[in-house]
Amino acid sequence: MSVHPTFNSSTRQVPLASLFASALILAACGPSGSAPADPSSIQEASGPVILPMEGLEKTDLKFGFIKLTDMAPLAIAYEKGYFEDEGLYVTLEPQANWKVLLDRVIDGELDGAHMLAGQPLASTIGYGTAANIVTPFSMDLNGNGITVSNDVWDQMKEHIPVDAEGKPEHPIRAEALKPVIDQYKSEGKPFNMGMVFPVSTHNYELRYWLASGGINPGYYSPDNVQGTIQADALLSVTPPPQMPATLEAGTIYGYCVGEPWNQQAVAKGVGVPVITDYEIWKNNPEKVFGLTEAFVTEHPNTTKAITRALIRAAMWLDEDDNANRAEAVEILSRSEYVGADAKVIAASMTGTFEYEKGDVRSVPDFNVFFRYNATYPYYSDAVWYLTQMRRWGQISETHADAWYDETARQVYRPDIYLAAARSLVDDGIAEEADFPWDTDGYREPTSEFIDGLTYDGRSPNAYIDSLPIGLKDGQTVSDQAIQN
Amino acid sequence: MGSIAAKRIEPKAGPVPEAASPEPAGTASKERVFFAINKASKYLDVLALSWVTPILMMAAGDSLSGNLKLLWQRLGIPVISILMFLVLWAGLAPQVKTSLGAIPGPAAVAEQAIVLHKDNVAEQAKAQAFYARLDEVNARLKAAGRGDEIVKRSYTGKPTYYQQIWTSLKTVFFGFFLATLVAAPLGIVMGMSPAMNAAFNPLIQIFKPVSPLAWLPIVTMIVSATVASDSSIPKSFLTSAITVTLCSLWPTLINTALGVSSIDRDLVNVGKVLKLGWYTKVTKLVLPSALPLIFTGMRLSLGVGWMVLIAAEMLAQNPGLGKFVWDEFQNGSSQSLARIIVAVLTIGVIGFLLDRVMYALQSMFTYSANR
Repeated sequence: MSVHPTFNSSTRQVPLASLFASALILAACGPSGSAPADPSSIQEASGPVILPMEGLEKTDLKFGFIKLTDMAPLAIAYEKGYFEDEGLYVTLEPQANWKVLLDRVIDGELDGAHMLAGQPLASTIGYGTAANIVTPFSMDLNGNGITVSNDVWDQMKEHIPVDAEGKPEHPIRAEALKPVIDQYKSEGKPFNMGMVFPVSTHNYELRYWLASGGINPGYYSPDNVQGTIQADALLSVTPPPQMPATLEAGTIYGYCVGEPWNQQAVAKGVGVPVITDYEIWKNNPEKVFGLTEAFVTEHPNTTKAITRALIRAAMWLDEDDNANRAEAVEILSRSEYVGADAKVIAASMTGTFEYEKGDVRSVPDFNVFFRYNATYPYYSDAVWYLTQMRRWGQISETHADAWYDETARQVYRPDIYLAAARSLVDDGIAEEADFPWDTDGYREPTSEFIDGLTYDGRSPNAYIDSLPIGLKDGQTVSDQAIQN
Repeated sequence: MGSIAAKRIEPKAGPVPEAASPEPAGTASKERVFFAINKASKYLDVLALSWVTPILMMAAGDSLSGNLKLLWQRLGIPVISILMFLVLWAGLAPQVKTSLGAIPGPAAVAEQAIVLHKDNVAEQAKAQAFYARLDEVNARLKAAGRGDEIVKRSYTGKPTYYQQIWTSLKTVFFGFFLATLVAAPLGIVMGMSPAMNAAFNPLIQIFKPVSPLAWLPIVTMIVSATVASDSSIPKSFLTSAITVTLCSLWPTLINTALGVSSIDRDLVNVGKVLKLGWYTKVTKLVLPSALPLIFTGMRLSLGVGWMVLIAAEMLAQNPGLGKFVWDEFQNGSSQSLARIIVAVLTIGVIGFLLDRVMYALQSMFTYSANR
């Protein structure tokens, strides 16, 4: 029977095609003998093998990433051959920092990149370098932590209730940090904290946590991009690899960052993670895969193929209740990906998280790559970040609810995601039930925040007004103060 | 006097052959050998192999004491000093504890150097597998009648350490070449005309001290704006190379100007007497006499350029040694410090070799000028 792999291959033809292809692969690999040596370089002959889709506009691609564990979908899509299955030949290049990464995507040196959820939004609304960046794929949920220095932890402990076993009760609320900050203030020492980028998820999560404990993290104004107006805690940008060192040096007293930098601090004995962002907002959106709008418009088939490969990678990462995580850790520990020691990466990716040295707790959803519809680009996720940008003054004026919705629709592209998902289901690679086909793009209102407030993406202004510390409807910041 | 002569032994002199007393016929061939070794020693010196000369002389039958002394001075002392440095390093390094672990000693660094080499080998194997897979996919595409989609591709994996070294070398030479192209003619013009000198001097003095990291954002923006996205030369390469140019053109420029302006007055007068044309003057008078200084300048420029390159690469993301160091720092693994030190030593060794190459070129031209 002649096997002509097609797109609408029914589920019966695919196994035959895969047998034929596997035979070819084995035949090709046999005589040379060198190829099968490295397990990671072999394509999985077990899953269905498909020919790349026709009409791919660009097949040699370069993606950028930052060395954080949640770049995993990119690494897995490369190492497991998902990109190659789609006919995409991708070079993954680590970037120096978030600014360089964003600039290189905007000027076309990188075709796409692992991005902070806030970056495409901020670029599109013109905060920072203005450019139209879109995302068809959310890379993960959760994955960050807030770490404080040993001294600050010792002082915080006095204010943290202990549970039955004598261990600090989790989640640790920022109320425990407030007296420490007041103490520092009374001694005239500014309480400096680090985060990774002005529009990073880390910045907003840290601010959310601080504000929930009554600590003012500072406002931005059109003239003041430091974000320290009226601040009790001064937040500034520190590159992730330098965070443990600056924490040790006392330049900052705490930071919010992704992994492996929180577990790294514990491993080196320079700090204590106090809370993960899973506890601040259960299953919050974290990184997205960003591309320029121009790229997506000129290369629609390529974008769809990229999304397909990334969805497959995300599925693999969460498959069988995280059964593949150990292998993922090994891949990420290679120097070309995250490069940290495998032990440190495994401390957060395999179902646990270490807080105080020796205090290892079960946090199976510290990194979520596919379940809970993690990869669907929900408009409500975009709107949350926009509300936080407004809350702290990066968006300087009040906007109608419709503006939030429109901006989210400009940046988040669930249409591309669903088209890719549909084609994966048709090819028999994914299950129909795994994707939210019928959603309008907004998750249900949720109260799973550390302070119990409810977030409904359809009413951003009402949400903004409900937040304790932050700009309310009609307020602006100028002359170092809030104007009504 | 004999001992002074022996101490002052430089390529031309060589140890004084003991031909004072009449010798049998074998002396003549011995002297020829000594003469040949002396000639060779000029080149050996340039290649930093000056310690080979005494060994050759001893092998050819020259006196042991004078040559052993030379050997000690040229090989023994440096080797002992390097060994002492290694011992000191191995002893002191573990005392310094950083958040990335203690500073690695020579053993750990050597181990990582071997690991890097092995990575290179493993990457070659991966590349082979990649091409095998590519061939297989192309065969299937052809079979499905989509042969026109087949495109020549190169391996998409990470660059190996050796490839990164090569990228750095390419970048530095490109930047250096651009710098020489700009600086040499400008220097000649400035040297020949005091008016031009006065015109350019203030600008040079102001731009000379600017660090590469200050130039980088400006160069990045200009390259982004002017170079097309799909050009075959990557933007990061251009940004790094141009930053190298901007920082390394000053030594060449200044030395060329100096060299040209300090030509022997007599030669200038000869030119006037013979009413030499401008072009002949430059090529026959100015350049030959200024060449030593021009080469000195170029040698300094290459040295500066190599230093600047590493910094530029870190931020411009050119996939060379600078990026290697920055990526290792971001990795923060227990081997990162050792790998960074391997890179530091590599950078040093390559810088030394580049310097030697330029010195060799320089001495070729210097000798010819002093004929």
